[in-house]
Order: sequence, then C-alpha cells, then structure tokens
Amino acid sequence: MSAKLEALCQNLQNVLGDRIVSLKTVIGEVTLEVAATHYIETARILRDHPDLRFEQLIDLTGVDYSAYGDGAWEGPCFAAVCHLSSLSKNWRLRLRVFAPDDGFPVLPSVFSLWNSANWYEREAFDLFGIHFEGHPDLRRILTDYGFVGHPFRKDFPISGHVEMRYDPDQRRVVYQPVSIEPREVTPRVIREDSYGDVGHG
Amino acid sequence: MAEIRNYTINFGPQHPAAHGVLRLVLELDGEVIVRADPHIGLLHRGTEKLAETRTWLQNVPYLDRLDYVSMMCNEHAYVLAVEKLLGVEVPLRAQYIRVMMDEVTRILNHLLNIGTHALDIGAMTMVLYTFREREDLMDVYEAVSGARLHAAYYRPGGVYRDLPDRMPQYVENKFKNAETVKRLNEARQGSLLDFLEDFTERFPTYVDEYETLLTDNRIWKQRTVGVGVVSPERALALGFTGPMLRGSGVEWDLRRKQPYEVYDRMEFDVPVGVNGDCYDRYLVRIEEMRQANRIVRQCIDWLRKNPGPVITDNHKVAPPPREKMKTGMEDLIHHFKLFTEGMHVPPGEAYAAIEHPKGEFGVYAISDGGNKPYRIKLRSPGFAHLAATDELAKGHMIADATAIIGTIDLVLGDTDR
Repeated sequence: MSAKLEALCQNLQNVLGDRIVSLKTVIGEVTLEVAATHYIETARILRDHPDLRFEQLIDLTGVDYSAYGDGAWEGPCFAAVCHLSSLSKNWRLRLRVFAPDDGFPVLPSVFSLWNSANWYEREAFDLFGIHFEGHPDLRRILTDYGFVGHPFRKDFPISGHVEMRYDPDQRRVVYQPVSIEPREVTPRVIREDSYGDVGHG
Repeated sequence: MAEIRNYTINFGPQHPAAHGVLRLVLELDGEVIVRADPHIGLLHRGTEKLAETRTWLQNVPYLDRLDYVSMMCNEHAYVLAVEKLLGVEVPLRAQYIRVMMDEVTRILNHLLNIGTHALDIGAMTMVLYTFREREDLMDVYEAVSGARLHAAYYRPGGVYRDLPDRMPQYVENKFKNAETVKRLNEARQGSLLDFLEDFTERFPTYVDEYETLLTDNRIWKQRTVGVGVVSPERALALGFTGPMLRGSGVEWDLRRKQPYEVYDRMEFDVPVGVNGDCYDRYLVRIEEMRQANRIVRQCIDWLRKNPGPVITDNHKVAPPPREKMKTGMEDLIHHFKLFTEGMHVPPGEAYAAIEHPKGEFGVYAISDGGNKPYRIKLRSPGFAHLAATDELAKGHMIADATAIIGTIDLVLGDTDR
C-alpha cells in the first residue's frame, strides 16, 4: 500500500472512528462502508473535513447483491456505492452503504451535499428501486414513460416483461407480454479458486 | 388585461441541434428560459445489464457503442478495470499504442464537437473543415482495427494486433480519376506511423485554420462569450470533469494527476479557461487538440524505435498467436476455453477512470469470480454535464440552448448507456 493510501486510511480512522463498519484497501482502492444511519453524517465529514476534502461525487450507483457468488450472499441486497474524488488531496474513495430493508430499500439522499447526486440517485431509483429520502425530484430517468419494475435488479429478466408493437386495428402502439424465449449462449460459471487462475497462466 | 403565463416547448427528441435523441422540455417566459428539463433514456440500451450476460471479453465491443465518437477511449477504461482485477501486466508497446490511439481519439472527438457546435449556432463552414481531418483519422482507425467506428481494438492484456506496415490505398473509380487517387495516396505509401506522422505535421496548420474561422469571429464570440457560465465551485459540486471543469479554471487532468499507462513519460500542457463560459471551453478544446498532436508525435517516435509484443503472453487472458493455436495442443485448449467459457476474473471490485475527451470516463466493475461480470457501472462524463443543463440554461435566451448543448459535448449514446 502506498504512503498516500495509508495516510488516507489513517485519516479516515481518526476522523470517523466507530462510524466505520469496514475499511479496506484492495488493489490500490480504498473502500469504506458505513451504516445507513450514519450515511449523511459521514458524507458531510468526508466533504468538509480538512484532512479528507472529497469535493466531488464522481459517481453514485445502485448494486443488487442478491445473486452474488451464485446465492452465497448473506445480508442486505441493495447498496448505494459512491465514488468520491478529492482534487486538493488527489485521492479517491469508494463509499458503500447498504439499505437495511430489502423489500423497500430506502437511503437518505446526498443531493444537498453534492449536487451531482441529482441524476445519479434518480438513475439508481429507476434501475434498482432504491428510494432516496430528501431527493427533490425523484423521477424515473432512463426507462420509458410509464415503465413498470426496476430493470437492473437481478430478478428482472434480460428480455424484460413486455414488448411494444404498432397495432393496425387499434391504430396505436400497444404493449404485450414478450414473445421471445430467453437464451443463454455461454452459461455463467464460477469455478473453484485455482481453476483458470491467471497466476497459473 | 390578458393573463400572461409561461409556456412550455419541446426541444427534440428529433432535433438537428440535439446531437441525438435528447428531449428537452423548456419552460419559457417570452424568449427567456425559466426551466430546462432534459428527458433522456431514449437511447437507453441497458448496456450495463447486457454486460452481465456476456463474458468479460465479449463486452469490449459494447463499450464502443457508448460514446460513438470516441470509441477507443471507452474501451480503454474497461480494459483498465479488467486488468486491475486480473492483475496482468500490459506490454510497454501496447501502452504506447493505447496512449497514441487515445490521443487520436481525442482529436477526433474535439473535431466533431467544434465542427457541430459551430454548425448549430450558425457557422456552416466549420463542419466541412473538421470533417476533412476526421476522415484521415478514421482511416487510421480503420488501418489499425479494421473498422472506422466500432474498433474493439483494446483487449484485456494489450491491444488486438500490432500497427500495420502499410496503409490501405484509394483506387480509381468513376468518381475519382487517376490524378485524384494519386494525390490521395501520396501520404499513404508508407506504414501507418508514416501516415500519422505526416498528419501530425499538417495538423497544426489545420488548427490555425479553424482558429482563423472562429476564435476572433465576431458572431461566434457573440454566441458563446458569457453563455453558460459555471464558477469553479459549482463545476465541482455538479461533478464536472474534463474540458467542462478546466474551462472554469480548475487545473485537473487525470493524465497529469493520476497518470495511467505511459502518460507520465509524455510532455504536454494542460490548458485551463478563465471565465468558465462556452467560449473558454472552446479554447480549451482547441488547445487540447494541439497538445494531443504533441503526444501522438512522441508516441510515434517511441514506437518506431521499440518493436515488441503488444499483448500479454498470459494465455488465460489473451489468446495465443494463430500459428501456435494451429500446432500446439495446449494453445488450442487455451484458445478454445478463452473464446467459449471466457476468462475467470478473481472476485473483487475495481474502478478505473481515464481522461476521456469529454471528461472522466470510469468503469466500476464487480466480479464474483465468474466468467461474466457481476455488475458493470459506466460513469459517463456526459451524464453529469447534461444534468447541469437546467443551471446552465436558466436565464438565457432560447437560442442559447443550442450553444449550451453544443458546449456540453453531448453524445446520447454515452449519456443513456
């Protein structure tokens, strides 16, 4: 681990203390995990504290962990993952927070801290159904007007549920259940640890 | 007295100045924009979801189709993320080729942006000039990868093949006579590097031509100076990156601050703006093209002197050479497994970001150890920039909306994913 990342981890430990659920450095990237109750508070500290100074929210995304490792996942499924960047300190941080309830995932919005969260949270809401409390305008953004469901959840099929066509009798566009069969050319496999290991190449 | 109220108009989704399928709902008070609400997603293809159903290698061509004017840069972020997870070393020559092609792509992208931006706000001629040069660079793309647009040239572990020794030639037909063909083929007699070097010698004069047309042009300045002003603080809060951030005077370039590949060996300057308006961003882009040209020249010099492998010899990641695959048993197995089942990427997560022509393009990849990604999140620069349209356009006249869309350097393929 480089001296810079060590300094960042040390600063995070000092400033956040027991708000940290986990703090890891893997392949040169620092990942911080906090509980949903401490999310806003932590985010504010990350932005404003002179030893951290994460001025930019580069990315915010939802992740659905329910199928991770072919069902080996335990714990809450939905998480919001933020990628923060500090221009003055020139370092980056990944901040992950799990939504406690899988049935109705709710997280506080960081829109008031970083305005760039506006569309990112709308996207995570649209695609994963994570509700961001306090977001000023939580509408769907990428899917069609009137779309039902959250397409990036793992239980949503890749072919979707409905297809659209023009109906010449009704003289308008109609939605109907999909007629295509799901097809998987290359099956998804997870082999045992040593199989196809890059190190053995 | 008649009641006066704001009215709302629809800009797009099919509008020549919308750079794709952008629907912009504009609320107007007379001719002044009160609120701009972009509706995106008309080009949403679910690339991130599709990527979960394809192997790591099969995903490379999808990346081309995101920002379809800077194809190789998108691939670059993806292969960097995969390489980070795999922990493979990329041969030095491949790194130089990538840097060179990235800069070619940067020139391609900025040429399209400046040309169409000028076209949108009334300067017809620009687009004819910039597309002339784009044609040469498209030929470079075609020579290295076989495709003018969707290259799929970068692969995890290196690049698909080495740079070609000869350039494709024009042939005579009923539209081009022998004389024209001879003139067109003049620069194409040598290798790709010769052609590109010839281009880099010509290119600074071309940029001077663009500047003659626009930089001091009174109409261009009237349309861009003071339009869409962003302060450095707001640019940071809104998640701006790339020329949009540098136009506001923040010196932040990933190539310099967090160098990847061989950018730390390159000499180049990072231009920054002063006022943060459309005109400054235009100047930043013009200067970036000149700097990109400088980097391409440095890469050409190095590549001429240093032959070598261009893709890793780890055959769990990259296929063995064709001849070996035909003769060696183990190579045949590697080849078969790689192209059917695909490579297995160790569990973990990685975020790789590059200085894309439009800003920071990042790929956040999560692997659970399978032959397909568990989740890919593409951080496209245009998404954050377009989200700020409301703030940029508020208080401007309706005609400035096109200037603002142009300066964002919008490509909907990359915004909608």
